[in-house]
Amino acid sequence: MARMKFLCDADRCIECNACVTACKNENEVPWGINRRRVVTINDGKPGERSVSMACMHCTDAPCAAVCPVTCIYPTEDGIVLHSKDLCIGCGYCFYACPFGAPQYPQVGNFGSRGKMDKCTYCAGGGGTEASGSAEEFDKYGSNRFGEGKLPLCAEMCSTKSLLAGDGDIIAQIYKERVLKRGYGSGAWGWMTAYHEGIEV
Amino acid sequence: MALPVRIRLLIAVVAFLSIAAAVPVHAQKLGPDGAPNPTASVVDEQTLLKQAPRVEGRIDIPDNKATVLIQPAGRTWEYFHEVLLRWGGAIVIVGTIVLLGLAYLIIGRIRIAAGRSGQKILRFKAFERFSHWLTAVSFVVLGLTGLNITFGKILLLPVVGPDAFSDISQAAKYVHNFTSFSFVAGLVLIIVIFFRDNLFEKVDLKWLKQGGGFIKNKHAPAGRFNLGEKLVYWLSLAAGVAVSVSGFLLLFPFYGTDIADMQLAQVVHAVVAVLFVALILAHIYIGTLGMEGAFEAMGTGEVDLNWAKEHHDLWLAQELGKEDRQGQPSAAPAE
Repeated sequence: MARMKFLCDADRCIECNACVTACKNENEVPWGINRRRVVTINDGKPGERSVSMACMHCTDAPCAAVCPVTCIYPTEDGIVLHSKDLCIGCGYCFYACPFGAPQYPQVGNFGSRGKMDKCTYCAGGGGTEASGSAEEFDKYGSNRFGEGKLPLCAEMCSTKSLLAGDGDIIAQIYKERVLKRGYGSGAWGWMTAYHEGIEV
Repeated sequence: MALPVRIRLLIAVVAFLSIAAAVPVHAQKLGPDGAPNPTASVVDEQTLLKQAPRVEGRIDIPDNKATVLIQPAGRTWEYFHEVLLRWGGAIVIVGTIVLLGLAYLIIGRIRIAAGRSGQKILRFKAFERFSHWLTAVSFVVLGLTGLNITFGKILLLPVVGPDAFSDISQAAKYVHNFTSFSFVAGLVLIIVIFFRDNLFEKVDLKWLKQGGGFIKNKHAPAGRFNLGEKLVYWLSLAAGVAVSVSGFLLLFPFYGTDIADMQLAQVVHAVVAVLFVALILAHIYIGTLGMEGAFEAMGTGEVDLNWAKEHHDLWLAQELGKEDRQGQPSAAPAE
């Protein structure tokens, strides 16, 4: 079984934010929720890099571990999904997430965050809704994965900086790129998310 | 949170300077022609994580917490919450219950040695009892709903099932968040009205030397509150302030706090709360099962004269003196 991962090749990211827009559009994400975002490091300095970040669908996902109602779980493809029916909006997943992925529809005073929302790897929801149904789309967004497609953010990335797919394959692609061009700032977040980097 | 920010800044500056000194050419790699090659001037994650505990950058969306790209501390916090807190909390709370059970088996219920006199004296006024019970009921509600976040999925979830457990937990979350206000109100009242009688005195040492009333035939003298009660007062004050401050930080997430502050607030809140529960378990034990005649002080407000003589002799003498001056017969029922 393939283990799905994201990889952002920061040496290719041009900070166009198209992945962010594609995600919002594909999943019809409400205002204020950013399942994917682009963070620029050392902005305006030598060595500036931009990294597109969303849920990394971690191995031993810390959000799933701390969730007091265990509504977050990994699928057999390694995609981390959650059930909005069970979520109580406690905000603990955000404290545990190394990547700031969990989002909430409200600001959250007095615990009124609402149900957590995050990148689903365009694989629909972790609730009881039928795969590919309108109910599932309303709650969780697109289920491209169920149609055999990869997340739209990576699929339409203009520089192919953002890669999605089987972890071994995208790691191999990245490795070849680094060897060819002679440098690489590494697979951002991989050590934290998957307990392994990419040796080149 | 101004100070930690400053300290963190200092650490970051020191780390940056030390790394800058060690790798002076890191930021500017030169190409084959000797010119700076900005494309090859790679900053990688591991270097950044050595400089600071998390990788932060600039972002276009108006959400300050989204500027944190990677914070490995999330996994550390997870370890605290899922391992240290769960095991530590279970050991402290179950341990306290076991110790209290042993105390009951070994020492037993501390009886009124002279038996009940049948005469009563007012120990706590109605408003004092109201303040105590406001805090007490709030505490029990907060304790149970709070423990549910850490232990619910192990103890309650298998019993009631995931859907019911989610409904219960969501309700518990809101109850916890809003009961905080009545707890703080009660805490403030208790702190103010019992402050003067809880100041430490010389007699507290004597009370301790005499075994705190736990040793038969040894009278431990005390004023209105003995040293044990005073410790409960001061520890509750400290723990109450700590859980309240950390709790309100959690209630208003990311207002002047960042992700590390939120994690720290949760750690403080949980650790202090567990210790607070243990303290209050002991307090409940000695006020009910552990001592005959103690509960009615907070129940009806009136205690037996012989109980007062044995546990709060100095206070009783003072009260009786007051009544004498008011021309009432001494040792009469208070009402």
